[in-house]
Amino acid sequence: MTVTPRAAGRLALLGLLGGIFQLTTVSQVAIFGVPADLSPLLVASVGFLSGSISGAVFGFSLGLFVDTVLLQTLGVNSLVLTTVGYGAGRVRELRDPAHTLAPVIVGAAATALAAVGFSLLQFLLGVDAPVSLELLRAILMTIVLNTLLALPVYAVCRRVLLPYLPDDPRRRRRRAYTTGGLSPLSRA
Amino acid sequence: MNDKVVRRRRAVLAVLVLFSLFLLTAYFGESSGGSLHSVQRGAMEVFAPIQEGANRALKPFRDLFGWFGDTLDAKEDKERLEAERNALRKQVAEVTIENRQLRQIEGLQEQNIERGLDDYQPVQARVIARSPSTWFQSFQINKGTSDGVRVDQPVVNDAGLVGKVKEVSDGNAVVMLLTDPDFGVSAQALESGEPGSVGPAVGDAGDLRFELVPNAKEVRRGERIVTAGTSMSARVSDLSSLYPRAILIGTVSRIETGEGELDRVIHVEPVADLRSLDLVEVLTQPDADVRAQAP
Repeated sequence: MTVTPRAAGRLALLGLLGGIFQLTTVSQVAIFGVPADLSPLLVASVGFLSGSISGAVFGFSLGLFVDTVLLQTLGVNSLVLTTVGYGAGRVRELRDPAHTLAPVIVGAAATALAAVGFSLLQFLLGVDAPVSLELLRAILMTIVLNTLLALPVYAVCRRVLLPYLPDDPRRRRRRAYTTGGLSPLSRA
Repeated sequence: MNDKVVRRRRAVLAVLVLFSLFLLTAYFGESSGGSLHSVQRGAMEVFAPIQEGANRALKPFRDLFGWFGDTLDAKEDKERLEAERNALRKQVAEVTIENRQLRQIEGLQEQNIERGLDDYQPVQARVIARSPSTWFQSFQINKGTSDGVRVDQPVVNDAGLVGKVKEVSDGNAVVMLLTDPDFGVSAQALESGEPGSVGPAVGDAGDLRFELVPNAKEVRRGERIVTAGTSMSARVSDLSSLYPRAILIGTVSRIETGEGELDRVIHVEPVADLRSLDLVEVLTQPDADVRAQAP
């Protein structure tokens, strides 16, 4: 994706609104005893749609915003979400998956990476939290919840960034079949 | 061209990671009044009104999602609480049964001491089967001939007379209740001293009648009826139908007056609750006192 000022504006708005929605609403609703975490889903979706550089920058910015607003240790979320955004972008750049459920798998993996990474950093920073089954259960439940939310979040991100996406995998596949391109079957 | 893109990508990643690590280190290194903390507080001040507005605006969404969460939690809580309730009910039932049995045992022991039933060699037995009819006329106990139980021996509980042994095997016995049509016992009104015979009221399974009373008009409502401890036979060896003296049978519940003295009908309500019998005693030596008095 070519990052124009308009695209950057949209990404900033997406991050700002997504972050506020996360902090004011999603974080306050517990399902199965844990709240969902939209941050890794947003970052993974942006990275998956627009590439590793955009994903990393978006992740860093959103992480910085969350750390700042919540008065947390600056840099923790930035580091974790930068990795998530970069990783999701690299998946897209290396594999270019066109399957409809690819965003779900990427979202689940991003949530797992973010949760584990965040916990590891907290332990490294000396936060006094015991490793317990409760913590593992909370991480697993967050991953499950985020997996359920991955597709809607991806759809929203895709809609916001659609004008700036040069070749969406699904659009490219559809175009290939309808404009005389060879389908995988005819090639065989 | 491609190398340039790769280098650029890696450079961006490295810069962001290093900047994050720098923020982390700097944030940890400075005091709470440091520049990064101040910037953070300033940003929080800026975003606080936005967050507050968003918080209010998004409350309906939060409530909606919260409703789903609460419903799921409530369902989980319901299942857990139902399991707890069932366990507690079971526990209460067990304790109640245990308590009732302990009270019955205590009552039986008191009765044995106070009324001197120890002399009659009581054998404690548990009711193991009952007649399924509404007013069961017999029940089965877990003691038999091996415990000294014999046919026609009186059976009591902590309240009073219950019936007598009808049939007996090695380890079990069948007890005929007071209300069985074949049951009869010589009795006496405790206060007035009037003798008579207690038997079941025909057509009313829960009722007894005090009959063959010479001066029936002397008997009053509420008067207690006890076993007379007498027999028609004069021989000590022929005392199989004898009940020990002064075992409470019931109280006079109602007296029907007719035209003549013989038309008077005295109804007796059994003092033992015949519908809920758990522990009883079989008096295996009912003629012990008579034998002791015999020449």
